[in-house]
Amino acid sequence: MSDTHAQTVAYVRETMLEPQAPPVTVVGPIGWAKTNLFSSRLNTVITLIALAFVYLVLSILLPWAFHNTWSATSLRDCREMTGTDHGAACWGVIRDRWQQILFGNYPVDLRWRPILDLVLLLVALAPILFSNVPRKLLWFSAAYPFIMPWLIWGGSVWVPVMAAVGFILGYLFLKFGEKALGSLFAMIGAVVVAIVWWLFFLGPVSDIFASILPIGLEKLGSSRDIGGLMLAFVIGVVAIGLSLPIGIVLALGRQSDLLIVKTLCVGFIEFIRGVPLITLLFVASTLLNIFMPPGTNFDIVLRVIIMVTLFSSAYMAEVIRGGLAALPKGQYEGGDSLGLNYWQAQRLIIMPQALKISIPGIVSTFIGLFKDTTLVSIIGLLDPIGWATAIRADTDWIGILWELYAFIALLFFIICFGMSRYSMYLERKLKTSH
Amino acid sequence: MKNSIFLGALTVSSLIAGAAAAGTVDDVKARGVLNCGVSTGVPGFEAPNADGEWEGFDVDVCRAVAAAVLGDSKAVEFVPTTGKTRFTALASGEIDMLSRVTTWTFSRDVDLKFEFVGVNYYDGQGFMVPKELGVTSATELDGATVCIQTGTTTELNLADYFRVNNMSYEPVPIETQTEASQQYLAGACDAYTTDASALASVRSSFADASAHVILPEIISKEPLGPLVRHGDNEWGDIVRWTLNALIAAEELGVTSANIAELAAAPGDNPEINRLLGTEGSLGEMLGLDAQWAVRAISAGGNFGESFERNIGEKTPIGLARGLNAQWTEGGLMYSPPFR
Repeated sequence: MSDTHAQTVAYVRETMLEPQAPPVTVVGPIGWAKTNLFSSRLNTVITLIALAFVYLVLSILLPWAFHNTWSATSLRDCREMTGTDHGAACWGVIRDRWQQILFGNYPVDLRWRPILDLVLLLVALAPILFSNVPRKLLWFSAAYPFIMPWLIWGGSVWVPVMAAVGFILGYLFLKFGEKALGSLFAMIGAVVVAIVWWLFFLGPVSDIFASILPIGLEKLGSSRDIGGLMLAFVIGVVAIGLSLPIGIVLALGRQSDLLIVKTLCVGFIEFIRGVPLITLLFVASTLLNIFMPPGTNFDIVLRVIIMVTLFSSAYMAEVIRGGLAALPKGQYEGGDSLGLNYWQAQRLIIMPQALKISIPGIVSTFIGLFKDTTLVSIIGLLDPIGWATAIRADTDWIGILWELYAFIALLFFIICFGMSRYSMYLERKLKTSH
Repeated sequence: MKNSIFLGALTVSSLIAGAAAAGTVDDVKARGVLNCGVSTGVPGFEAPNADGEWEGFDVDVCRAVAAAVLGDSKAVEFVPTTGKTRFTALASGEIDMLSRVTTWTFSRDVDLKFEFVGVNYYDGQGFMVPKELGVTSATELDGATVCIQTGTTTELNLADYFRVNNMSYEPVPIETQTEASQQYLAGACDAYTTDASALASVRSSFADASAHVILPEIISKEPLGPLVRHGDNEWGDIVRWTLNALIAAEELGVTSANIAELAAAPGDNPEINRLLGTEGSLGEMLGLDAQWAVRAISAGGNFGESFERNIGEKTPIGLARGLNAQWTEGGLMYSPPFR
């Protein structure tokens, strides 16, 4: 009771003092600046120099960028609007031509197809990227590689269906042939069955089905209509999607004890890594044409995708080999001691760890690959950079330069930054060292 | 997705490459589309507009050929090519003809096995100077600093020209045309030299184009024209005479405005009648119908109309006819007779 104390003790504090706010010089923006920017004389000098530099850059950039030139219809128009000869951004070119930078010449009434494709891509990626998404969606992810080209190129629905049947046939052969032939021959047989199906039966069978039940989308006139960012996406997504599995196979092959497999994988990887991508693109655009008889119409975009995929697979293989090499030998031996066969050990023990280690390298390769797609402008495909050149050849927009490149840089930055952020999230999520 | 055909074709591949090259006109007709190689963008000569339609002076030649052969000037697949891929694209059959500001030279015609079917633009290297410099002729450029793209024939032409005229100059080497115009505007050089048509388009991109003049001297020959593969003369004839039909139409006064009337019935001028198929059988000799030239000329107008619409004095590029006027008006455009 406080009453009793009141008679014996002169003063008793009954309540705690409220904690005081720390001095303003220690916390908040000022405190932050003090510890981070002005902690010593040298740091103060460096900070001031840096601030002056930032000011210098912004004082040039901002007055250039902020002009209300959105409605301009030509560069001359812009110059009248801003009243300056140069030093003013002309954003009208983006308003006039953004659709071409995004879609190229893809027919306007069919543009819902690539947009739907992009939405479906996100749906298909969701179960792969995030673990809290229903697992059943993985079936859709498996179907997506067949839906995607169909939506973009159009044509009969039976072609992608029959292409998928090739995989199913190979799988069935593997499943039922394993007992009779042993796992190695069953695997080789499965690959042969699938390839034979695709080469000799896919066309005729899908024609038969198409004549019975003609379902399909309007066929795209020419692959050259695919352009702009969409072309970068098509090449990038397909090459990224294919290079990871091919890279894994190559990395495993390189570590294999089988001489022929190992030699083939090492030869492939070293050859591709020893050749610049631009050379492979020239091979795709010119040399392949000379080897094939005139009139053979081997789709240019397909040729480029194949070359880019081969190129990135070789790099991917080396990145994954780095992950494999980082695993202690005990992990392999642990798999053996549990009685797991080669593929089981790879699937359950080796790959989950090796891939986790390789994530930063894998994502770097993806980002590099996506940016490398702009190289196709050199062989005359109109990707965003190609379109920038083409747009500058319009008499309305001759002399425009930075505005187009700034817009393209923004598009690429958003995508690459997104990939990089996701990889950091994934690394944190998979971190087991704590 | 006819993979089986592709594989079969691959095995026989290059053996029959030469033999199968004949008969481009049949290929084009079977395909229903003319594959025409263009550049990835040269102002006034070829560029896609905001709707994705290719437009320009070279593009009009493609459209005229498509109209003559296929009856539809829209039935053209424009294949953008770069300086590095253009010749292989043509040689390999990816494109049926190349209409892409390509200079007709001996080695391209003979060594690379192509057939230049004619010239649709006589270009040449010229000089641009700021008006305030007060120079009116290239011969007054003694001691000038000159912006020049490196690694091109323009560099050699420039050296020759100054040596012949006993003048000195200081070159400012530049990599691309875009860079060149920036440097020139910044005053890094007194004069900028490249092909005259490119000078005109660069000048048109300046905020104050009237402050710069293109000097009258042309110091090199750059005849630009469409080309086809060597060895397919039927196809070469079609492209050659389609171009000649456009040139002859201007000479004869046949325009897109009056062609319907002139082609309706034989008129007084027998050459117009032969050209437009109301008399004689020129179309049949080419393997086409009688109306081929009518369609070609209707596609983009005659040579002069196409010139005025794409690169002429009323366009921002503003090129004068000069050498590209009809021979009757002091130029070099001269079509062999239609008979």
